[in-house]
Amino acid sequence: MPVLRLASVLLVAALAGCAAPLDSGVSAYPPASTDAYAQVNRITWGATPAAVARLQAMGLRAYVADQLHPGHEAGLPAEVQAQIDAMTIAQRPLVDLVQEMEQRRKDAEANTDDEAKKAGQRAYQAEMNRLAREAAARHLLRALYSPHQVQQEMAWFWLNHFSVHQAKSNLRALVGDYEETAIRPHALGKFRDLLGAVVQHPAMLRYLDNEQNAAGRVNENFARELMELHTLGVDAGYSQHDVQELARVLTGVGVNLRHNNPGLRKELQGFYVRRGLFEFNPARHDFAAKELLGQPIRSRGLGELEEALDRLARSPATARFICRKLMSFWLTDEPPLALLQAMVQTFERSEGDIAKTLEVLFMSPEFSRAEQQKLKDPVRFVVSAVRLAYDEKPVLNVGPMLNWINRMGEPLYGRATPDGYSLQSAAWASPGQLSTRFEVAKAIGSGSAGLFRTEGPQAQERAAFPQLANALYYQSIIKTLAPATLNALEQAASPQEWNAFLLSSPEMMRR
Amino acid sequence: MQRRQALSALAGLTALSLTTTTRLLAAPAAKSRLLIVFLRGGYDACSLLVPVASSYYYASRPDIAIARPSSDLSSASPLSVDWGLHPALRDSLYPYFKNRELAFVPFSGTHDLSRSHFETQDSMELGQALEGHKSYGSGFMNRLATVLTGSTPMAFTDQLPLVFQGGAKVPNTGLRSLAKPSVDARQSGIIASMYQGTPMGAQVSEGFSVRDEVMREMAAEMDAASRKAITAKGFELEARRIARLMKDSYNLGFVDVGGWDTHVNQGAANGYLANRLDELGLGLAAFAQEMGAAWRDTTVVVMSEFGRTFRQNGNRGTDHGHGSVFWVMGGSVKGNQIAGEQVRVEQATLFQNRDLPVLNEYRAVLGGLLQRQYALSLSQIDTVFPGAKPRDLGLL
Repeated sequence: MPVLRLASVLLVAALAGCAAPLDSGVSAYPPASTDAYAQVNRITWGATPAAVARLQAMGLRAYVADQLHPGHEAGLPAEVQAQIDAMTIAQRPLVDLVQEMEQRRKDAEANTDDEAKKAGQRAYQAEMNRLAREAAARHLLRALYSPHQVQQEMAWFWLNHFSVHQAKSNLRALVGDYEETAIRPHALGKFRDLLGAVVQHPAMLRYLDNEQNAAGRVNENFARELMELHTLGVDAGYSQHDVQELARVLTGVGVNLRHNNPGLRKELQGFYVRRGLFEFNPARHDFAAKELLGQPIRSRGLGELEEALDRLARSPATARFICRKLMSFWLTDEPPLALLQAMVQTFERSEGDIAKTLEVLFMSPEFSRAEQQKLKDPVRFVVSAVRLAYDEKPVLNVGPMLNWINRMGEPLYGRATPDGYSLQSAAWASPGQLSTRFEVAKAIGSGSAGLFRTEGPQAQERAAFPQLANALYYQSIIKTLAPATLNALEQAASPQEWNAFLLSSPEMMRR
Repeated sequence: MQRRQALSALAGLTALSLTTTTRLLAAPAAKSRLLIVFLRGGYDACSLLVPVASSYYYASRPDIAIARPSSDLSSASPLSVDWGLHPALRDSLYPYFKNRELAFVPFSGTHDLSRSHFETQDSMELGQALEGHKSYGSGFMNRLATVLTGSTPMAFTDQLPLVFQGGAKVPNTGLRSLAKPSVDARQSGIIASMYQGTPMGAQVSEGFSVRDEVMREMAAEMDAASRKAITAKGFELEARRIARLMKDSYNLGFVDVGGWDTHVNQGAANGYLANRLDELGLGLAAFAQEMGAAWRDTTVVVMSEFGRTFRQNGNRGTDHGHGSVFWVMGGSVKGNQIAGEQVRVEQATLFQNRDLPVLNEYRAVLGGLLQRQYALSLSQIDTVFPGAKPRDLGLL
């Protein structure tokens, strides 16, 4: 604590009296151009001095190529990787973890003593909450520090596209694995592979009730959202009949938390599939003939689902729907039609290659030329602010960030409805949203928000004042600020307040 | 309309809040108030307003039907020979029905057939005709705010919902959880100065002024909370806060309540759905109580995007359906009635042999209600619900 206080005092002393807190003289990086700043701001979770220097050294084309083909190394700083490696969700295989939690739930339920039962249930709930929070923390650490920024952004994008809500059933124990095994590995790969992984993950099958979907007891929830939200889009011309047929294709596709497989009649045994918690149970499947989007389904058993997914993934409606969403996420809510068409064509010709489709977007003149158009959503607002403030100095605790994101209404794995959060700028421009955002800006700018204070019994704290008035600011950010913003910054009475005003400025709300 | 735009421009120039300006300058404020409560997820209307005379209902829902009225407390409360009320509302809202302050409109909803939550919610919030040109980003409550002189709209939600998006600048404030702001008055002024004359200028200054107003209104509650006094929870707490703001400052309100998409194990007299209805009922009763004398001039409409399948599904739940039941509650509402066009509930009258039909289209029903409440002209109604023919169901 004394060290921290001393550091703050020194900083305040150094900065006292000047509106702009730091001198630009010391920088490890070559001067940053405003073009490179704008490009990095648009390509990554938010510009940092290091990322701008990297793009300038590599050039845009090589930088984009590197981002779109990140390879298999996580590439995280050792300190951050160690934080992730210490997590339960990183250490325990999913099946073990889920089965153990299920046992804990049952043990708590089985208690005959009321107090013991309550205590057991509380402990179970607390552990489930902790597991989900680990997953969210891991997501933010990667967003902040992964060199593979586009991959991390696309992981968020697809998590939102294939949205699940952690409050349902035991999803809190599943969301980390869902993100890690179904989403991230395919985030820049082929859309069909991503779709296949999502559709067979227990998190999604539980969330949209498909584990309940069986022959004679059809539940159409997943079938409908699979076409409406995940592939074709709502106005793509499919009918209620198609929903019912796809629901029948999906009968028997479910989740099995037990060690044992079900006993099956001999003629069905060949159809049975089990992969971890995923199960296709032919005894629950409707084997009658089906037709989807005007064509018969020819396979039998789980192959029907593969055939149906092929058909959905290849539909031109899916290419349009996905490309429009990508455009809205990355660049603008009002897509330039020629560029959108070029992306759709690439998506179709490359059989849904996500990296190739994004390359068309990133290398387009519109992408480099465009004015700041997109209002940052809460996650991007928080991540970009912390990236800019601390560059490559890893935070010790992302807990405060999770709280800010929750307060602004965009918690990870927390969207109550399966449509995911809106990608439209207008969705985050309400008066209530903005006044909350300024509160968050002030908390980040203060430098005492707890990002460098670990949790637990032996909590450590490190001095870390947010360095927003850095070389990048003086070399390029300052040139992007409107006179009203510069005027406001001059009125700052302290470095903390200067930070708060900069993060509250219109320029920092957009990318 | 022109007056409204002039006011907006003025508000922008002086960085005063739009609502404050309107209150200062507009003609005498309309005394009556309207709150729309939107149940997102398509609540199971057949569990709320139980068709107790329909043996087909009991045959279709062996595990989730609500029993016919009897002395048993888990049975429906009698509303008419044909209808009963879910027992979770026996103590909270049934008295309002008997006291003629609550009515229900069965077979209501939209003719939109996508059965998609999101498309149907959007289409309802837009409140425009299903066919022909649509103006996206213009919701019916926003248009209502433009045709009413002295309207003071407020969305009690974290983000501005589609229903309130459009030409009139409408503020929003979520009331589920409140925290004391740390950005002080001087800092707020400096931040607002950065946005002056930018596209977000009005939202920013509105956000600050709403924040200040909420803190003033909730001072007593926060004081009580800091003394660890017992306060209400969940929707009841939210509804009381809404009432405090609507009593004094806002006459057009919107709030949404989620958690109605009951595909699995929805329960019957007890269980998941019963708990949701209980919380909603307690909240609406608390709202009425907190409004005090202003309740006399207040109307609450509870609506949802669609009803659910008439038959239970394979998981003792229900899937996305069609016709729903709207609730109309208020100090001047002609309650104790089941209003609107109706049919016997049996297999032959089901829509697509699966759902309750829509006989009372929501734009016509709401249009008729607004016409009574605000004495709107037909052309004003047409602004709010373009092309709709308002139907007066005698609810006000």
